[in-house]
Amino acid sequence: MSALSIRDVHKRFGPSEVLKGVSLEMGSGDFTVLVGPSGCGKSTLLNIIAGLERQSSGSVEIGGRTVDDIAPKDRDIAMVFQSYALYPSMTVRQNITFGMECRNVPRAQREAAVSEVVRLLQIEALLDRKPAQLSGGQRQRVAMGRALVRNPLLFLFDEPLSNLDAQLRAEMRMEIKQLHQRLGSTIVYVTHDQIEAMTLATRIAVMREGVVQQFADPETVYNRPANLFVARFMGAPPMNTLPARLEASPSGSVAVIGHGEGEIRLPVPVEVKGWIGREVVLGIRPECITEPTRHFGHAPDAVLTIAASVEMTEPTGAETIVVLRLGSERALGRVSADLRPRVNEMARFAIDTRKINLFDPATGDRIVS
Amino acid sequence: MRDRIFAPSRMLIYLVVWLIATAWLVPFVVVVLNSLRTAEEIAQTSMIGWPKQWAWSNYVTAWAEFCVAQTCAGIRPYMLNSAIVTIPATIISTMLGAVAGYAVSLWRFRGDQWIYGIVTLGIFLPQQMRLLPWTIVLRDVGLINTLTGLVVIHTIQGLSFTTLFCRNYYVAIPPELMRAARIDGAGFFRIFWRIVLPLSPPILIVTVIWQFTHIWNEFLYGVTFTTGQQQPVTAALIALSAAIADIPQHGVQSAAVMIAALPTLLIYVLGGRYFVRGLTAGAVK
Repeated sequence: MSALSIRDVHKRFGPSEVLKGVSLEMGSGDFTVLVGPSGCGKSTLLNIIAGLERQSSGSVEIGGRTVDDIAPKDRDIAMVFQSYALYPSMTVRQNITFGMECRNVPRAQREAAVSEVVRLLQIEALLDRKPAQLSGGQRQRVAMGRALVRNPLLFLFDEPLSNLDAQLRAEMRMEIKQLHQRLGSTIVYVTHDQIEAMTLATRIAVMREGVVQQFADPETVYNRPANLFVARFMGAPPMNTLPARLEASPSGSVAVIGHGEGEIRLPVPVEVKGWIGREVVLGIRPECITEPTRHFGHAPDAVLTIAASVEMTEPTGAETIVVLRLGSERALGRVSADLRPRVNEMARFAIDTRKINLFDPATGDRIVS
Repeated sequence: MRDRIFAPSRMLIYLVVWLIATAWLVPFVVVVLNSLRTAEEIAQTSMIGWPKQWAWSNYVTAWAEFCVAQTCAGIRPYMLNSAIVTIPATIISTMLGAVAGYAVSLWRFRGDQWIYGIVTLGIFLPQQMRLLPWTIVLRDVGLINTLTGLVVIHTIQGLSFTTLFCRNYYVAIPPELMRAARIDGAGFFRIFWRIVLPLSPPILIVTVIWQFTHIWNEFLYGVTFTTGQQQPVTAALIALSAAIADIPQHGVQSAAVMIAALPTLLIYVLGGRYFVRGLTAGAVK
């Protein structure tokens, strides 16, 4: 039984269609992240799951039960909001117990539930404060406490970390992940931050303009993006996407970038017979273009060294980003922090050809063998 | 910085401000002074003048002794009438306005903007236009010449303003708060009672001051729909002027005006700072 299944959900606001037939299945214990640029429909989808908005067509099942006609409070869900949405006039304790109060849970039981949750989140000292007296991180914890105390089938997170500063965000991100590992809860998490998506998710749904572009585990989404949009959206800096043409060679297919003297020939990891002699878009992540001494995993033979001219370097501290020319195309590479290739000179780079992706230039879809 | 206070532009502003303040205050000062002068003194000198002797007895007469409409109990019974009308009408219209404002601002439903528009349209209809409909209604429900009738009128007519005030205040409440409460399982009235109402004191104070002042000072309905012993104090003040038309009693009259104005003055003095703050208050954060 899947914890949540969304079947062909459409949502229209007047003439504009915000969700164009979304279908997703999530298993119990999954941490699913809905990620995409603003306006892609991810928050609308979350609101539809919560029952705060009604889909135009399609259906939603939570824990095997169709919930289309069930009020938010009866869907066995809990939600954490971007603004935390703590009740301003109530103390932390009242905020956490308000849901139980609405459901007439006996006082003793409420107290027991609260003390367990505040211990878990380490907010015991804040119980009698009002939200205005809390810091951003503390409010975030209280909002999570309010969700946890319900012990629902499904947790919904709506960009819960975007109001926090960078440091606190990283901290809370880890805590949410630990909490998920500890409690094994099923979570749907909306964010526009691809790092949050990569670090937290067991499954990522990348959305764009109301359509799910790819729904897979983070590794697949990152290494084998379904199309150019996903390739460019996930990862920072984004994947290099360069025009190339495919040629046959005795050892297999080769992607050629550029023409004549400076052309670069990269062996392609997949069999793409139908595309020989045609133009494609070649995708390669910056970390797959690096200094020649680097080893990629356990496949030393997949490494190819090439010479490329360096246009610019950006030392970030942890590594150095190199802007270089592949054929005549500009691409980013990532080398060790202590390396500074000379600008406007040729340097040698190793390329991890195992992770080359090819895309159809017309549709943007990934070319599979 | 100090010398800037005496810059010509500043002086001009002060001059204008003082002129306006004076224009506003002069009639009030005349009434205050006359309320402390005897009828003879006013008759012998003029309407404007400093009291030669302080005639505090004007207030006693106005409050409890003067004859209005064949009864000689001063304006005390009429003050009571006004209180009986104003207090319940203020409270009920404010509470209903809060609920209505909450409904149209935080609950989307089909036609909500129409309902809001129609309710607030009442603000723009002249009072006189509503006299006849009210006459028919009060006659049909048997509330002509009763204080209850005035309570009904002021409660219903007050809804336009109280709904407007509360709605404009409640639209600043973040919608996520409502969503969180709905997921927590709270319904319409529980959300109102436990979440929205505790955020409302600033706007409720504004609304109460506004309603109290307007209903207390209202004259047209009072004089139209009530007579004799049932009149509110604003209508009784006119009856009092009529009663003493033959022998002018400006001192007692002024004292009566002062007494009649006292409740609204008190409300303003006590709640005025909330009034200004509440009208300009924006988001609920």
